[in-house]
Amino acid sequence: MKEFDTELGISVTGCNLWYGELQALKNIDMEIAEREITAFIGPSGCGKSTFLKTLNRMNDLVENCRIEGRFIIGGVDIYAKDTDVNLLRKNVGMVFQKPNPFPMSVYDNIAFAPRTFGIKKRSELDEIVEKSLRRASIWDDLKDRLKKSALGLSGGQQQRLCIARALAAEPKILLMDEPTSALDPISTGKIEDLMSELKTELTIVIVTHNMQQATRIADKTAFFYLGELIEYAETETLFTTPKDRRTENYITGRFG
Amino acid sequence: MKNQTKAKINKGFYSSLKISSYICCGIALTALVGVILFVMIRGTGHISLQLLFGDPKDGDTILPAFLGTLRLVAVSILLAVPLGIFTAVFLVEYMRGKGKLVRLIRLTVETLAAIPSIVYGLFGYLVFVVALSWGYSMWGGGITLAVMILPTIVRSTEESLLSVPDSYREGALALGASKVRTIFKVTLPSASSGIVTSVVLAVGRVVSESAVLILTVGMVVNKIPAALTEPGTSLALDIYYFANFGKPDEAAATAVVLLLFVLALNLLAALCGKLIRKKYGDNA
Repeated sequence: MKEFDTELGISVTGCNLWYGELQALKNIDMEIAEREITAFIGPSGCGKSTFLKTLNRMNDLVENCRIEGRFIIGGVDIYAKDTDVNLLRKNVGMVFQKPNPFPMSVYDNIAFAPRTFGIKKRSELDEIVEKSLRRASIWDDLKDRLKKSALGLSGGQQQRLCIARALAAEPKILLMDEPTSALDPISTGKIEDLMSELKTELTIVIVTHNMQQATRIADKTAFFYLGELIEYAETETLFTTPKDRRTENYITGRFG
Repeated sequence: MKNQTKAKINKGFYSSLKISSYICCGIALTALVGVILFVMIRGTGHISLQLLFGDPKDGDTILPAFLGTLRLVAVSILLAVPLGIFTAVFLVEYMRGKGKLVRLIRLTVETLAAIPSIVYGLFGYLVFVVALSWGYSMWGGGITLAVMILPTIVRSTEESLLSVPDSYREGALALGASKVRTIFKVTLPSASSGIVTSVVLAVGRVVSESAVLILTVGMVVNKIPAALTEPGTSLALDIYYFANFGKPDEAAATAVVLLLFVLALNLLAALCGKLIRKKYGDNA
């Protein structure tokens, strides 16, 4: 299998997805640039999260889910037969809506992915743990609590821990599914700052319900509606001069 | 006026409920504590060094029974726990708790869990003692006990696994972990306090079982079995033996030992649970 190449973004053509009889995604073509933040917006049930999950094949876990189309990430066809799904998910990390730290120590949470990929040496793991926590700007909060359970942290800390845990796998792309919707404004602000820092090294794709969040952090924004990609443009363009009527109605708050 | 009377009647009704719940609790507590106290008072005085650790040649001793109980626990737990846990993992993690096969297995498991132990005893007798002609043996008893506790372990492990949030599994898979690694490094450890509790309950059932053992290990008291292929006895069997053969004092003393054994077991379970919760930070 080909190695994932950092210098390439994501290219999706002709994506159709069905949950049983229900078509959840319709003919989506999309190019996502590397080292940028791309936001997916749209009303609930519009398919934005579903589309996000096709990018690291988390939809494989859903029964009766059928996917069509070509998905090229870092030069690799991720739905090809010989694609190693585990390696794909190592390269395309994911942060979920609800913080989901494992019920183990902070250290073991971060070390989970490196251990999965065969790193056993304590010194090496120590280094990765510290580096990942620093990249997620939470090292200072947690350096004295590495051995404590991750479940004892606050919601905002847990989510940044989950980001650090994803970063420890050294992904090239980070998918974030409404990562701040369960958090207070201060924690949200911290995570947004963090994303802006991370985009110098990573490609970030974020699903958000919060349009202000998209305007604050995203370089490009895509508007999804009823399983279709309606409009995809530079964030400023999309929010100031939307081309499609539906986009305009949504961003001006007429529905959603 | 009418409403006030109604409120008064209601108040009376509720306070009588409250009083009767106090009374019921009192009766239940008296019965339970009474049994323990009675056994303790009746038996403690008759515990002697000879009874506990004596040479079988010098008179009645429960040393063989104590060792027998430990052996039966070891055999049955070592067989039933891995089998039960892997079965539950298969049902929950691979079959997602759905499908005809799962329903069939679950029905079987539930039926087996409800069968009285004497039926298991009969099964053990017919298979190990008669058909395989092992005669009475510790092996036969241990295996029969393993079959007996298997359904409980499968069921409770299943419940524990089902209560692990899917977000843990998704989180592990999204980090590039394989399904097997997810199960063994995340899902099972998260379910471990429930699994440990079920194992300890199973040990309790093994320790207190007698019907199965009468039909499978025989009741050879006062003789330490040389091997697992020989017949033997257990603490519960010794109580039955002493009570049946006109030795109520020894029976009571053995009951005290069994009681303390179970108490120690429960404390151990509580300790294990606490340590596991501490390790995995489960605040629940």
